[in-house]
Amino acid sequence: MACIEAHGLRKTFGATVALDGIDLRVEEGRILGLIGPNGAGKSTALNAILGLTPYQGDLRVLGRDPWTERDQLVRDVAFIADVAVLPRWIRVSQVLDFLAGVHPRFDRAKAERFLARTSVKRTSKVRELSKGMVTQLHLALVMAIDARLLVLDEPTLGLDILVRKQFYDSLINDYFDRNRTIVVTTHQVEEIQDVLTDVMFINHGRIVFSASMEDFEARYAEVMVNPDQVAAAKALGPIYERQVFGRGIFLFDSADRQQLAALGEVRTPSIADLFVAVMGNQEGAAR
Amino acid sequence: MNNVAEFPLDSQGAPPMMAATRPMYWSIRREVWENRSITMAPLIVAAVVLFASAISTLVLASRMVRLDAAKQYASVVKPFSIAPAPIMFTTILVAFVYCLDALYGERRDRSILFWKSLPVSDRTTVLAKAAIPLAVLPLIAIALSIVVQILLLQLGTMVVMGHGRSPAPLWGEARFFQGLVIMVYGLGAHVLWFAPIYGWLMLVSAWARRAPVLWALLPPLAISAVERITFGTKFFMNMLQYRVTGAMKEAFVHASAAAKGSCAGCDGNIDRLSQLDPARLLGAPGLWVGLLFAAACFAVAVRLRRNREPI
Repeated sequence: MACIEAHGLRKTFGATVALDGIDLRVEEGRILGLIGPNGAGKSTALNAILGLTPYQGDLRVLGRDPWTERDQLVRDVAFIADVAVLPRWIRVSQVLDFLAGVHPRFDRAKAERFLARTSVKRTSKVRELSKGMVTQLHLALVMAIDARLLVLDEPTLGLDILVRKQFYDSLINDYFDRNRTIVVTTHQVEEIQDVLTDVMFINHGRIVFSASMEDFEARYAEVMVNPDQVAAAKALGPIYERQVFGRGIFLFDSADRQQLAALGEVRTPSIADLFVAVMGNQEGAAR
Repeated sequence: MNNVAEFPLDSQGAPPMMAATRPMYWSIRREVWENRSITMAPLIVAAVVLFASAISTLVLASRMVRLDAAKQYASVVKPFSIAPAPIMFTTILVAFVYCLDALYGERRDRSILFWKSLPVSDRTTVLAKAAIPLAVLPLIAIALSIVVQILLLQLGTMVVMGHGRSPAPLWGEARFFQGLVIMVYGLGAHVLWFAPIYGWLMLVSAWARRAPVLWALLPPLAISAVERITFGTKFFMNMLQYRVTGAMKEAFVHASAAAKGSCAGCDGNIDRLSQLDPARLLGAPGLWVGLLFAAACFAVAVRLRRNREPI
């Protein structure tokens, strides 16, 4: 069953088009990375999926219309965003009480176990915690919710690398299973490349690239070309080319691996490099 | 803490379904946690009132000997009967301030997205917030008034007994239960009467992008001014005034009679059950129009909370 299914999803703010007719399908049990520049429409898409904003077009999340059936949907969805901040006045014990009181799928004992691994104290108020600790708290709360869809919108913005690493480690080891779906947006693409099962690029309100990680690895190859073979590399039609320490690095789409191996060292490109290539080509085409 | 223990079926059924949750109860508790003035302001005022009244009663005790019995009882009772007024006034003031921030604060600090990530509907949230001025604060006022009055009555009893007199007439003079009925009735009348004000403030707090105080006050004042200038009438201004002072007029015989100048022997106090006039209050169109307006405001506030983005 598809966890998220959209056809012609559109959203405008006055004259600004935030989502320009998006079609997408996310199967259950996937971890989708939604990558795009600022203002590309990522957060708008997530808000539509969460039923926080009205939209045009057809959108089903877990079989429901998120805008009209938000109250039912929200039991099965959890959400962490850089902008969805925990209230600063609340105590850790209070937020645990509150979730246990209102959320039928919240397991308080589980949240307590996660928190026991951190230095977050029950009696602290959120305003007394560091940004990293607030994120740990939020993650502990969300992981204790037995949700079918978890939406993460820039969850690790402004955190140091240790906390970011821990964040994704616990998410994968302690939370994710094949019955859950995770959609994540982040600017730190490299850090989640190994975590994702699917990747999607979004720009100017459109999906400009979409692939599973298996397809991504099968299709794209990056070659550090020996200087004497640059002409041969260019003849094979690379989609992107950059220079590192005076050597050309070429990115190929669906090229023959044996031919590539003759040019130099072949490896799987990073999502970030493909992103730059796809976005760069797009901007070039637009001009 | 342990839902599973309370609902053993949960641990057996495949999905850990639907532990009995109480969103309304917890939403109200959340408001009380967040807005400490709901409990602290009336408590502090009650403590000050208690302290002042106790001093007055004790000072009185030193002059006791010279007073005759009736005067003595009356002067012990006086602070006792005044005590609830400042407590109630405080809770109404807190209610106004609270309503104006109730749906604005959570957008300003952007915690609204956190609250919206939880299965509590916009309607439950707005109704929980409306329950603060309509139910929680009045209950706090009544509870604190009762406690303060009981303590004062005990103190008065000790003072009177210290002078070798019987406290029984004091309890008769104080008419504790009759006072309680008048207090509950009067406060209830004010809560219903002020409901449209609470509704309006909450509507503004759900709508305003900044300066909710100005948005709450300026439009009514502007309408009054425009009406005055354009038509030379004061219909709207009179309506506002009636909304502020009407509860006393409509709920009590004395007040309405005094307003017509026809109340013989009225001394400005309400101390008799016969002065309660619930039939007149319930028959006042102003009450029902106000309640309808309040309901409309809360309904719009629910829709606004659903649609508005964080600031």
